[in-house]
Amino acid sequence: MEAYLQKTPAETLKPPVTSVGVIGWARSNLFNGWLNSLLTIVTLYFLWIVIPPLIRWAFIDSVWNTSGAVCRDADGACWSIIATNFRFILFGFFPYDQQWRPLIAMLILFGLLFYSRDRNHWTQHLIYAWIIGLVMMGVLMRGGILWLSSVEATQWGGLPLTLLLSIFGLTAAYPLGVILALGRQSKMPTIKWMSIVYIELIRGVPLISLLFMGSFIFPLFLPEGVNFPTILRALVAIIIFTAAYIAEVVRGGLQGMERGQYEAAESIGLNYFLTMRLIILPQALKIVIPPTVQQLISAFKDTSLVVIIALFDLLKTSQTVLSNPEWMGFSREAYIFVAILYFLGCFSMANYSRKLEKELSTEN
Amino acid sequence: MQVENSQTEKVPFWLDPKKRAIVYQIGSLCMVGLLAYYLVSNTLTNLEKQSVATGFGFLNKESSFEIGESLISYSAASSYGRALIVGALNTLLVSFIGIVLTVILGTFIGISRLSTNWLVSKLAAIYIEVFQDIPILLQLFFWYALFYEILPGPRQALNPFAGVFMCNRGLVFAIPEFQATHAYMGISFLAGCIAIYFLRRWARQRQANTGQIFPVFRVSVGILLLFPFITWLVGGTPTAMSVPELKGFNFQGGVNVSPEFSALLLGLVLYTAAFVAEAVRAGIQSVSKGQREAAMSIGLKTNQVLQLVILPQALRVIIPPLTSQMLSLTKNSSLAVAIGYPDFVSVANTTMNQTGQSLEGVALIMLVYLIFSLSTSVFMNWYNKKVKLVER
Repeated sequence: MEAYLQKTPAETLKPPVTSVGVIGWARSNLFNGWLNSLLTIVTLYFLWIVIPPLIRWAFIDSVWNTSGAVCRDADGACWSIIATNFRFILFGFFPYDQQWRPLIAMLILFGLLFYSRDRNHWTQHLIYAWIIGLVMMGVLMRGGILWLSSVEATQWGGLPLTLLLSIFGLTAAYPLGVILALGRQSKMPTIKWMSIVYIELIRGVPLISLLFMGSFIFPLFLPEGVNFPTILRALVAIIIFTAAYIAEVVRGGLQGMERGQYEAAESIGLNYFLTMRLIILPQALKIVIPPTVQQLISAFKDTSLVVIIALFDLLKTSQTVLSNPEWMGFSREAYIFVAILYFLGCFSMANYSRKLEKELSTEN
Repeated sequence: MQVENSQTEKVPFWLDPKKRAIVYQIGSLCMVGLLAYYLVSNTLTNLEKQSVATGFGFLNKESSFEIGESLISYSAASSYGRALIVGALNTLLVSFIGIVLTVILGTFIGISRLSTNWLVSKLAAIYIEVFQDIPILLQLFFWYALFYEILPGPRQALNPFAGVFMCNRGLVFAIPEFQATHAYMGISFLAGCIAIYFLRRWARQRQANTGQIFPVFRVSVGILLLFPFITWLVGGTPTAMSVPELKGFNFQGGVNVSPEFSALLLGLVLYTAAFVAEAVRAGIQSVSKGQREAAMSIGLKTNQVLQLVILPQALRVIIPPLTSQMLSLTKNSSLAVAIGYPDFVSVANTTMNQTGQSLEGVALIMLVYLIFSLSTSVFMNWYNKKVKLVER
């Protein structure tokens, strides 16, 4: 008798339709259990109520490039306020025919930022590139040399001002913050206590009080005749404020270092300065890159507060447009536009920080 | 020979770390002192030239400006000092309500972010990302503009429910007219709280002694509802309401929540809740899965697992970031000055503009916020210590 041998493989059974594909996904992610099903249905209903009218308002019924009078008759959003006043919102009172200068300055900045994204580019050259870039941006904005006409700092405004305050504020605040953090960890009591008082004092008060200090009291501090433009005074306030927060972040990194690192450095005869520069700081600052970026994001958002001391940053230029009778009443559109710009900035920074965090964690 | 030599040889003072440290400290102190002296002397000369009187004498002078919202009686005839107290109380009010609402909303969103429901989880993620990445000041302006532009004037006020009106002068709603019974209801509510405290102690003791579980939570809710209700019945069931009515250009009666206050509160709560949600999510995720499984394996019910095992451990992780968010909400409430809610900074700003006492004004702002910040962090540190892990 011939043994029964199956020559062809048996037909494989497909998994039931209800556990794979769209249906399976929906069953396990949206309708697992009666509570979740109820939640899904309620949420879907809520979205159904909110989303279609929103799309109608923002896209279908909206007008894009008209005068303010036409906007008043439209049912939807009036994006014309952005389209018509685009250059004023972005560049403020910078002379109209010279506005290519801040534009190029911003392009240089974005180019540098984009180039710095890759960690393989973090070399000495990058530092020189940044220094040259910053000087070029300063020359473009300020003018007064070569064939460029001079533009007073009081005329700077819009997006370049926001970026300027953020970039210069952060680059100056970072080293100050590191020094403060080292001071707070110091064994010398006077230096330790001065750092603690500074950090806690600044972290205990709102930024706005420092901005007030910059605009009202700073002139009193200086001898007569010496006067700084408001932008610089706001910048000083932002630096003083951000440094205290960065100091706390860096302190976290310093506390995360093992004692053995200090002891090893001491045992090979390095002094304090060399220990910090060669052993401790490179490691400590690397640990705290993600929270530092978080701090940079919040400093970037905080630059919007200069509105209160009447600097013409992005938010203030939009408000100026809104105070024009032709465009009065279209605040939502203007603010949404500014919000999108801020969101893009913060979101890309946050994304970058997540990417860095991932890269750094696989390395160790 | 050489060893002896190095021991007896005197170390020059710049190579002795102890002496060097003293020199460094004296040096840095001198620098800070010189800087302070320079700034103060400049300030004094400048003030003398501008002939501005220094000191806090202006606090007793008549303020002669009105404040829109005030918890205590205030008029333009009151002193600057009283105006500043009104501002500080307004700051406290909006911060306190804001913190309570933020914690509730943030916890809700943080838990939603961890939901197994894909839709809910993604919506929570979008909320967190969007609200974290837009400056709080911009959000405040947005909500204020929304209230001001979309809502109609008082004459065409929206009336979604009986006794509730929404217009660009604010949200107006009816409240019960105040009577003595209401005060007694408040007292009975407090009495209920005290009763619950003792009930919990008794229930815990009984469980420790006999193992029997007493349904504390349900009974507590019953007590809190029942005590005031009985007082209300005994007090003759007062039902008179103070209903808002349109008189002239505005509403009279009821309670009016101004658009400034609403915009500030809404902006602060929505912004800070995104950060609180992240803290809550991180805290809950920090409790390992094994803890839940272990708790279930010894036969605890779902709510007991949450109450006795998960929450106490998660809270330890959540509280420090939560504290800093509460502090940042309080500090951010100073942005009220931008939308015209009379908080402390706003009142101090008006005072500075009227009297020219900018130095004293800014010092007062800093002092008041330092007091708020320090007292909040002292309280939260005390609470943090209470829930901290007791290690051997």
